[in-house]
Amino acid sequence: MTLDIIFPMHAIEILGLEKTYQVGFWRKRRKQALRPLHLTVELGQIFGFLGPNGAGKTTTLKMLMGLVYPTSGSARILGMALDDTRMKAQIGFLPEQPYFYDYLTARELLRYYGQLSGIAAKQLNSRVEMILEQVGLRDAATVQLRKFSKGMLQRVGIAQAILHDPKVVFLDEPMSGLDPMGRFEVRRLIEDLKSQGKTVFFSTHILSDAEALCDGVAVLHLGELRGVAVISELTENVQGKVEIVWQGSSIPEAIPALGGDCRCVGQTVRAVVREEKQDQVLDILRRDHLRLVSVVPVRMSLEDYFVARLGKNDLGEPSKAPPKLNSFSMAGGNRNS
Amino acid sequence: MTSRVLYIAANTFREAVRDRVLYNLIAFALLMSAAAVLVGTISINIERLVVINLGLTTVSLFGMVIAILIGIGLVSKEIEKRTLYTVLSRPVRRWEFIAGKFFGLSGTLVVNTFCMAVGVFLSLLYVSHRFESGDRTVLIALYFIVLQLFIITALALLFSSFSSPLLSALFAFSLFVIGSFAEDLRGFAKMAHGIAGWLASAAAYLVPNFSALNVINQAAHGQHVVFRLIAYNTAYALVYSVAALSGAVLIFERRNLK
Ligand SMILES: Nc1ncnc2c1ncn2[C@@H]1O[C@H](COP(=O)(O)OP(=O)(O)OP(=O)(O)O)[C@@H](O)[C@H]1O
Ligand SMILES: [Mg+2]
Repeated sequence: MTLDIIFPMHAIEILGLEKTYQVGFWRKRRKQALRPLHLTVELGQIFGFLGPNGAGKTTTLKMLMGLVYPTSGSARILGMALDDTRMKAQIGFLPEQPYFYDYLTARELLRYYGQLSGIAAKQLNSRVEMILEQVGLRDAATVQLRKFSKGMLQRVGIAQAILHDPKVVFLDEPMSGLDPMGRFEVRRLIEDLKSQGKTVFFSTHILSDAEALCDGVAVLHLGELRGVAVISELTENVQGKVEIVWQGSSIPEAIPALGGDCRCVGQTVRAVVREEKQDQVLDILRRDHLRLVSVVPVRMSLEDYFVARLGKNDLGEPSKAPPKLNSFSMAGGNRNS
Repeated sequence: MTSRVLYIAANTFREAVRDRVLYNLIAFALLMSAAAVLVGTISINIERLVVINLGLTTVSLFGMVIAILIGIGLVSKEIEKRTLYTVLSRPVRRWEFIAGKFFGLSGTLVVNTFCMAVGVFLSLLYVSHRFESGDRTVLIALYFIVLQLFIITALALLFSSFSSPLLSALFAFSLFVIGSFAEDLRGFAKMAHGIAGWLASAAAYLVPNFSALNVINQAAHGQHVVFRLIAYNTAYALVYSVAALSGAVLIFERRNLK
């Protein structure tokens, strides 16, 4: 055993992982689901893997789990190769739209998976009961899974992913199919995992979840990595602009003339101007007897970042145009979280 | 062999039981009782012949149908339904999965055959009121049937690792039928010459030799089976099953899951 396995440097190291599917009847056409991907996730981080439908998130996770084989490239988890069973005993995986042996009850399924993961017989019972309680399935423990609702199956999926106390947890869209309470509970659970020192790698479309939870994110689009960002740096990034909101629907002509970008929303007007123009705008509002509501520095939201990265053209240059707000709305996306 | 193989086998057995596979035993029990009662009323000294022939043939056919119908779905169903994702992302090697599935279904078939065997002996007892020394051949015939079931299970696993369930079932059933005439096939092959002869014997020796594993007739007539045949058939079934399973593992190891 090398030192790197005992004290791995990184939780996940993806080294040029690439996947090309051969599609069509004769398997002649090639579909590049993932272009060579390089990505490192540090131990103890919550890492969000973002991208629109078909971006290649699931493909990446399936390769990391050894379910499909990469066309080229490699990856290490906890410093070990992808087919290393010692590593697999220390990771958990929630697939997208999970489905399980429907002739088993939730308790039987977890017991079976616990055995496969090598949980000692003595601890198995208590561990299974604890997890059932944790995901809110204690009352449904003796029901066959064929009678479970979608959200309940998702909970079973989360239960089996954390059952064996793994060091790194991979979750493919953990919030999908859950009711608002369920989503809240999963967010809490992910935070708990972090506080226990675990690494969580999860894919999602829900940017507000990612923004609230993640230490870092990667944005994937059409199989290509478009950016990696640290959330705290991202959202603290004041862009030298302020948003000024006042009541009424009149926009004094002088404000657009100062370069202000004004929008009238119901009985309020929002104007975004450069910081140095702030005092001039406030003077104009005072002169016109308009009632000020708020003055807030504009921060970059994860959605701004996401949209900007998707708009990036294929030559690798970020697009010059500022992202148009709400021009691209993702499910559950929310820039004011 | 690892404990994981046993866990997977046990779960496969549990699935078969919950899918009511063993319900075939009811049909078998009804059939054997009806046959025993019918033959008992005729009573022209062919009771044993009829009961053994009918009983063992049914045991073999029921077993084959179950082995093939379940065997072809063991892997493909798990790929299709994606239940494999959460198994193979655990410390389970792909060969362990195949081995576990094989032992699980084989175990189911052994239990099923055992129950049917009890039924055969009960009807035998009913029609002739005693056991004879020749009945030992019935036991051997049952053992050979189990060996056939192992082979066909391994083959079903092999086919289902690369083709659709329907095609796999077709392949497996064809091999069962062709294999039942393997000895005749080998005879024909010897008569052909040149490349045709060579190909024919290759085919004849490649298909599972189920005719050598079929001693139902000898059992029905109370004839003895030489020990050499038992040893030979055991070794043959072992080698054939392991070869088919290795093929299944080789293909499955490379496979990208859906
Ligand atoms: N087995 C396959 N054969 C051919 N193409 C595939 C296969 N699996 C995925 N793809 C293609 O690879 C691309 C990436 O798919 P993937 O499932 O990884 O996307 P995703 O980011 O998980 O999307 P979503 O958010 O919808 O789950 C898609 O264009 C998809 O059509
Ligand atoms: Mg996906």
